[in-house]
Order: sequence, then C-alpha cells, then structure tokens
Amino acid sequence: MDKLKNLKKSTKVSFLNYGLVVVFFIVVTALANTGHLTNSFKGQLIPIVSYIIMALALNLVVGISGELSLGHAGFMSVGAFSGVVVSMTTANSIADGGVRLLLSIVIGALLAGIVGVIIGIPVLRLNGDYLAIVTLAFGEIIKNVMNCLYVGVDGAGLHMSFKDAASMGMAADGKVLINGPMGATGVQKLSTFTGGIILLLLVLVVIQNLVNSRTGRAIMAIRDNRIAAEASGVPVTKHKLIAFVTSAAMAGAAGALYALNYSTIAPKKFDFNTSILILVFVVLGGIGNMTGSIIAAALLTILPEMLRKFADYRMLIYAIVLIVVMLTTNNEKIRAFLRGLGKKNKDTEVKEGAANE
Amino acid sequence: MLANLINGISLGSVYAIIALGYTMVYGIAKMLNFAHGDVIMVGGYIAFCSIAYLGWPPALAVLAAVVVCTMLGIVIERLAYKPLRNATSLAVLITAIGVSYFLQNAALLIWTSNTKVFPNIFANLPGLTLGDMQIAPVTLITVLANIVIMVALTLFTGKTKMGKAMRAVSEDKGAATLMGINVNRTISLTFAIGSGLAAIAGVLLCTAYPTLMPTTGAMPGIKAFTAAVFGGIGSIPGAMLGGILLGVIEIFGKAYISTQLSDAIVFSVLIIVLLVKPTGLLGRKVNEKV
Repeated sequence: MDKLKNLKKSTKVSFLNYGLVVVFFIVVTALANTGHLTNSFKGQLIPIVSYIIMALALNLVVGISGELSLGHAGFMSVGAFSGVVVSMTTANSIADGGVRLLLSIVIGALLAGIVGVIIGIPVLRLNGDYLAIVTLAFGEIIKNVMNCLYVGVDGAGLHMSFKDAASMGMAADGKVLINGPMGATGVQKLSTFTGGIILLLLVLVVIQNLVNSRTGRAIMAIRDNRIAAEASGVPVTKHKLIAFVTSAAMAGAAGALYALNYSTIAPKKFDFNTSILILVFVVLGGIGNMTGSIIAAALLTILPEMLRKFADYRMLIYAIVLIVVMLTTNNEKIRAFLRGLGKKNKDTEVKEGAANE
Repeated sequence: MLANLINGISLGSVYAIIALGYTMVYGIAKMLNFAHGDVIMVGGYIAFCSIAYLGWPPALAVLAAVVVCTMLGIVIERLAYKPLRNATSLAVLITAIGVSYFLQNAALLIWTSNTKVFPNIFANLPGLTLGDMQIAPVTLITVLANIVIMVALTLFTGKTKMGKAMRAVSEDKGAATLMGINVNRTISLTFAIGSGLAAIAGVLLCTAYPTLMPTTGAMPGIKAFTAAVFGGIGSIPGAMLGGILLGVIEIFGKAYISTQLSDAIVFSVLIIVLLVKPTGLLGRKVNEKV
C-alpha cells in the first residue's frame, strides 16, 4: 500500500489511463456477451477506439508540443488507404486476419510517419496561426491527392495513377484497389475491438513514456517558452519533429484500424471536418490531458448515436452542446465555483487571508 | 488565356470580399472566425428566399441579405464570442466551430438539403464584349464591388473616428480603453461589417455558381481564410491581393494543370509563400520580445 502512495503523480495518472481503457474493454465485452449492446452501438466500437487514438495523437501535438494542427485527418487518410492496400494485396498470401491487420496498421503508421516527416520539416519552422493554416493546407492537399489516386494490383505488382483507373496499364486480371473519389470497395473487415484496444494501450504506453521522459520535458519546455528553451540548448526543431511525427504515425495506425472496419471507404471521409472533430475531442477533454481526451472522444462519438431519437435535430443539439460546454468551462464564475468545490486549498487560503489582514 | 484571367479575377474578388471579413475580425479580436463561411451561406439563402418566395427585386434582396447577416454577426459575437474575450484562443476557435455547425444544421432544418438553384439576378444587365470575348455582367459587378468595398474600407479605417478606433483596438486593447474607446462596441462593429460583406460575397458567389446548399459556404470560407493568410492576415490590402491571386491560381490550375488537383495546387502555393515569407505577402513582421 505504501508503495502505491509513494508513486510519482505522473505514474499514477498513467496507470489511471491504462485502468480506464481496460475497464472500458471489460464492461463493453461483458455487455456484448450478455446481449445488452444494440447493433448500432456495436458498430460504433471500433470507430470509438480509432477516434480515441486520434485524439491522443492530436493531443500530443496540441497539448504537449503546443502547436495547433488542423490537418490530422490527412495522416489518418494516408494510414487508412495504405492499410487497405496492404490488407488487400496480402489477402491470398497471408491467411490469418490478425496478422494482416497488424501488418496493415504497421505499414499505415509507417507511411503516415514518413508523410509526417515530409510535412513536419517545413511546417514546424512556422509559428502559431500560420502553422495552423499550413497544416490545414496540407490536410486539404492530402485529401485532394487521395481523391485522384488510383491503385491497382495484377500479376506484375502494384500500379498507380493520378488520372483514372484505365491509365494504370494493368493486365486483364488486374484488380482496382483504390478507385479515386470512390475510394476502396470490397474491403475485408479485419478490425476487431480487442485488436483496437491493444493498439490503444500501446499508443498510451508510447505517449505517456514519451511525455515523462527527458525528450518529453524538452518538448514541453519548448511549448512553454521557445526562446528560453532554445537558449538553454534544447534543439527546437528536432523535438517538435519528434512529437509531430510520433503523432502522425499514431494517426496513421488509427486510420488503418478505422478503414478496415468498413467494407467501403472514401477519401472524403477524412476531410477538414474530421480534423476539426478530433480537435474538438482534445479541447473538450482538456488540452494536454490524456484522460480527458479518452473520455471526450468516447462520449462525443456516442453522443450523436444517443441523440438519434431527436432525428433531424441531433446535429443542431450537438452544436449547441459544444457551444454551451465551451462557454461554461471558460466562465470565470463557474471556474471559481469549481475551484471552491475542491476544498483542499481552502485552509491555506484562509491562513493567507488572515496573514494579509 | 485572357478569359481565364478574367474568370480568375472574378472568383478571386469573391474570395477577397470574404477574406476582408476574416482579416478584420482577426486583426481586432485575434480569433479565427470559422463561422464566417456559414454567414456567406445564410446571406445566399436570405437573398434566394427574398427573390424566389417573396418576389422582391434583386437590389432589395441583396439589402435584406446584408441586413440579416449584419444582425447575425452581431448576435453571434454577443452570445458566443464576447463571454470568451479572456479565454484561450483555442477555446474561441472551438466555439466558432460550434457556431459553424449550428448555422449549417439550422440551415439544413429550415431549407432542407435539397440544392436550390440561385436565379441570375444580373441577367438583364448588359455584359461587356471585348473583341470576340464576352464578359458576363456578374463578373463585372463582382470586380467592381470588390474595388468599391476595398476603397470604402481603406477610407473608413484611415479617415473616420470609428475606423481609427478599430485600428487602435487591434493594436492594443488596454491602451485603447484608456483613450476612451468603447472596445466592445468596436469589436461588435467589426463583426457587423465583416458579416455584411459576407452577405454581399454570398450573393455574388451564388450568382456566379448558382447552387445553394447548407454547406455552400464551407469551402469558399476555407479558401478565403487561406487567402487572408496568403496576403498577410490583419492587412486589408493583403486580403485583397491574396484573394485575387488565389482565385487566379485556382482558375489557371484548373485550366492548365489538372481540374481535380486544383485545390492541391492552391494550397501548395500558399505553403510555398508562407515558407518564404512566414507572415504572408503584405503582413508585418512582429519582432519577438524575450
């Protein structure tokens, strides 16, 4: 028991997050096995896990590294389509679905990571809103390029084109894997909830260990004061890039997991609105707070489902909830009230007040 | 070639008018108003309804759109942004996104998702014939409107008392308050002007590209925002230049490189410009203090 008490605060938070995910997994599995879950909710499970991973990845950039990224859906898109291509090309050579899922996620993460490096090097030289707008621009470019990307496979290997399916020059037995704006069709649904949870735990381990390491502290030092950090000999670009690329790779993994949950997936799924949706999870959950990201991503993915009985009004209600939450959490009086609830500091405040008199 | 150039300038003029709204609001409130694009859409719908359902003449319809959007801009600012004056910029950004969702979904409920075909309100005005090339009246009016708005805004911010107050608030809110400027009223005024301009842009956009949907404003909104950054956000001539360049690049990209990749081309140019000149074409460089 004493050992538990002596743990560092950061370690406690880390274990709280692992516990949260495991409890979520156990509860959902128990509910599913006893038949308490509706089909629509079951269908939401893998998207929920993917969005949680996306939120954690984006929180690493927005919360820990302090840079606003408005184009994270682009990395998700890269991961999703490379994952789909891997899973479809290995369909005949690898029998086991789990191995193919793993391979798709790894390749998806790798390619998204590479795109992250390519984008990160120029982008991270900018600051503030300009950086945000460039990530937005890159997100749109990725969406646009994916929209005219055609990939096919035949006996000779993979074929690619940016014009149309015919100009790939495939043999007669060739199969179109990604068909421009139509995206990928006939994808085998390989993603499993268990697989998703394992990936989520892995992502948590990576993020939390990164944040609590020397590198993580350097990244946060740059966030808090770039000039001071630079003056203290912290290489700014290198550390920003570490956070950005890690985040991009995770987004790619989440994308692969997400795409392999559907039989058809189109590039327009990963547009600006998706990037914004994930940013909403991060901000509502609390910037830099991983536990908050997990909870916000899960709740806000389920919320539109729960509002289904309001039919046409649900997205309107969603918008109002979003505005009201932002207004109340940023209201000075409510904040003071919430601080008052956590009475820990009250005694010290009273003492200080007495001393002032 | 010349036809493409004129089309580009026309599209760019619409972007420029929208970008002016972004740039003014950013300059004064330091916030990215993501709901701006949806105000354009509301303006388009109001003009559409006035013409198609109420049978009003186009000039009155445009006026109605401007009045409604100006009011809308003021109401949005009062209800959603004013309480967050001291909050972090990210909190304001998310609220703006919430407002944008709200406007889109409210429009979806009121006007349904069916595409409305916007009437050509300048149909009976004469076009211009240059040699064997026809210039549509909407193109002329868009470019003309852009020039008038630009000159009027420059005069307004440079010469009038309210305009000077605006520039003062954008430079230093605290000092402006000490000088007796009503900061809240000035910010409201900025939103009002920006939203009124958005209404005009909405009518021009819908006349040139006559399909109207609840999501009509989203893409022009993002493009105009990039245009504002392109020209240097916070700068009125910058928004103008950025908008027109963006429009020209988009049309030329479509005509000579690839129709499908035109958006990618536009955003690539933006990125290259920002890498060479990180504060945009006409943006001022602010020195960092340690």
